[in-house]
Amino acid sequence: MSAPASRNKLVKWIDDRLPVFTLMQHSAIDYPTPKNLNYWWNFGSLALFVMIIMILTGIFLAMNYTPHTAHAFESVERIMRDVNYGWLLRYLHMNGASMFFLVVFIHIFRGLYYGSYKNPREILWWIGLLIFFSMMATAFLGYVLPWGQMSFWGATVITNLFSAIPVVGQSIVTWLWGGFSVDNPTLNRFFALHYLLPFVMFALVFIHLWALHTVKSGNPLGIDVKGPQDTIPFHPYFTIKDLYGIGLLLIVYLYFVFYAPNFFGEPDNYIPANPMVTPPHIVPEWYFLPFYAILRAVPDKLFGVILMFASILVLFLLPWLDTSKVRSARFRPIYKQLFWLFLIDCLVLGYIGAKPPEGGYVLVGRIATIYYFAHFAFLPILGWIERPRPLPESISAPVIKGGAAKMMEKA
Amino acid sequence: MRRFVVSVLSAAAFAVSVSALPPAASASEGAHLEKQKWSWSGLFGSYDQAALKRGFQVYNEVCANCHSLKLVAYRNLAEIGFGEDEIKAIAGVKELEDGPNDQGEMFTRFAKASDHFVPPFKNDQAARVANGGALPPDLSLITKARLNGPDYVYNLLLGYKDTPPADVTLMPGMSYNAVFPGSQIGMPPQIFDGLVTYADGTKATPEQITKDVVTFLNWAAEPELNARHGMGAKTLIFLLVLTALFYALKRQIWSDVH
Amino acid sequence: MAHSATTAHGGPGPTAHGGPGEDRTRRDFLLYATSAVGVAGTALALWPFIDSMNPAADVLALSSSEVDLAPIAEGQSVTVTWRGKPVFIRHRTAEEIKAARDVNPGEMPDPQKDEDRVQKPEWLVLVGVCTHLGCIPLGQKPTDMKGQFGGWFCPCHGSHYDTSGRIRLGPAPANLAVPSYTFQSDTTIRIG
Repeated sequence: MSAPASRNKLVKWIDDRLPVFTLMQHSAIDYPTPKNLNYWWNFGSLALFVMIIMILTGIFLAMNYTPHTAHAFESVERIMRDVNYGWLLRYLHMNGASMFFLVVFIHIFRGLYYGSYKNPREILWWIGLLIFFSMMATAFLGYVLPWGQMSFWGATVITNLFSAIPVVGQSIVTWLWGGFSVDNPTLNRFFALHYLLPFVMFALVFIHLWALHTVKSGNPLGIDVKGPQDTIPFHPYFTIKDLYGIGLLLIVYLYFVFYAPNFFGEPDNYIPANPMVTPPHIVPEWYFLPFYAILRAVPDKLFGVILMFASILVLFLLPWLDTSKVRSARFRPIYKQLFWLFLIDCLVLGYIGAKPPEGGYVLVGRIATIYYFAHFAFLPILGWIERPRPLPESISAPVIKGGAAKMMEKA
Repeated sequence: MRRFVVSVLSAAAFAVSVSALPPAASASEGAHLEKQKWSWSGLFGSYDQAALKRGFQVYNEVCANCHSLKLVAYRNLAEIGFGEDEIKAIAGVKELEDGPNDQGEMFTRFAKASDHFVPPFKNDQAARVANGGALPPDLSLITKARLNGPDYVYNLLLGYKDTPPADVTLMPGMSYNAVFPGSQIGMPPQIFDGLVTYADGTKATPEQITKDVVTFLNWAAEPELNARHGMGAKTLIFLLVLTALFYALKRQIWSDVH
Repeated sequence: MAHSATTAHGGPGPTAHGGPGEDRTRRDFLLYATSAVGVAGTALALWPFIDSMNPAADVLALSSSEVDLAPIAEGQSVTVTWRGKPVFIRHRTAEEIKAARDVNPGEMPDPQKDEDRVQKPEWLVLVGVCTHLGCIPLGQKPTDMKGQFGGWFCPCHGSHYDTSGRIRLGPAPANLAVPSYTFQSDTTIRIG
């Protein structure tokens, strides 16, 4: 607040008419943040950072991309070869998608571990899930655009899923395609929707932050903030911590962009789409693999689709499925173990999703799918039977105790 | 400081180890691939210019008779070290269709530097007719369109055996190659000792020829690689410095909380 | 190292009072150094986005055209496309050259010597876009109107150009532009 008087006058003039400065001061500078947040709390800002990069690179790619089946593949190659820094824009966008999902998965698992979905953060959690849904839709649409073999066949397989819906299924698929197979009308509308959804996501992120600021951030102890002694202002403490996190993210992200840009991709997508030739193995991008595994675990087409969607919808119910009054897994010895088992289960599902549905993989996939749902089914019971560890009095309390002890040692 | 170093090193180690993993093989591969040392791998890797020129010679004299390279333009050869006149000469022997002219007719003209490589066949169907029903794929992206692309192409070209194993019945017109999925490939063996006479005098052994043409093909698929690696090194070093500064500043700002 | 007490605010850090002066300059240095590197990094990061909007390599490859002049007979004009615009190439006759040179500068709205507009007097190379509002003047075909000065006539608003492509009458403010070109040989030019 030590700005020179002239700036204050201009600032006040604008702020009286549109309180952007007050908003910034309140939400990004003064915002009281628990002082004990650990680095797992960086992943929200990392997700926002990656999202902005995706939108920026996407807009510049769209300046050179042609959403027509006869030109799409070539236009992407033109970007790679002829457009100044086109290869950089493309690889940033391609690997940014993977980083976006990586960061968001960690962000979600942070929520699972620390009970971030519990009262009063249920709606915050729901908005987050809606953002996750939008991300998946956007990524699916985006992958179709280069019009490679995987683009085409992935689109065919996933849109065909809707034919499982009884009675109206096939009409819905025809409606989605705009024709009798995935073809130019499909590609064109997928491009329009791919451009649209990120802005829907942007609005959802705004609401997500609004919900967050209403109930304030959780913390690793899972206990409520008792007073100002438990918090520190967001700026400069968490602005700098978030910048540091962004630095670390960029090192990993840009290592892939510059040195292993096709690591997350499928070689088949460098072959132009051919409706007459199906690749031997159709594999979605890695971030869809667990859901793909669940889909294929069920022999029945309709039930497989239902279960796949259920695997995400169950997360909406989580605030009520988990009946424990204790938020953080730090104080829930049984839940903590189950959390790790659940994480391993998701990784196993991801692994299975990449394998052909043959032999032993089928059985493992089915067991892992059952376990996935069993985890959530067990939670209501767990909350009832689990004896949590004693919670600390407040956020400041353990810090002062430990700090006081250390200071006495030094003295 | 120690925690920072640990976190950056683990982030970097994560990135390097994850990318060093063999790519998730979703299909049953062919024969085991013998990995080669390619000049462009690693943090400071770049293309061997001389190899690129030799590889282009192999492509132009041998492969181009059946395989198109449609995504590469003749002007791109400047990056390999050809001068403007050399490029004009390389392009100028190829004819392509253009038009219509003022009379409303299509006509043929010689290729210019700004044109893309003229394909050997007018279209896929013509290519199939000339190759016993098989379509020789365009090679512009071949090293990116196959798992372990450069090693795959190298092993494939040298992977032919004179006589197939006893339990394999060769279909008519096919050759035996264990590297190719299904082991039977429509392309007959192409690489022989002395297949080309290199302009720079290098001995044209099968291994040399294959190494050079794979180098060229990787350039065709990833012409930006030299720039990408160069920019990557600078960017990552810059980021290490910036992240270190962020960390130091973070520790400083947080010193009154901890 | 002195600890400031954990106050309700926790203190804003670098600009806080308290702590020895030496500490404060070290604090500021780190902040300034980090900010400087950060800003530099952001600027460097933005450049590829901006540069990606500049003409791409394939566009630049078409930025120059070679024209074979041999088939163009004396008195003939051809139009070629260059950078998406028409370029008039006229193989001028002796009369046309004389008419272009026998002019009083006072008679020209945009005075320019014919010698300054050609490299070889018999070859006139012009960008065929009227300097008024961008229409393509007539005069390339033998049947076209050529205007009062034997050069070109723009039908949109009646600008007359002479045998050097200079504006002589009408609303156009400037002479027809001469693109940069070089003679690769006596019979070929490269435009652009």
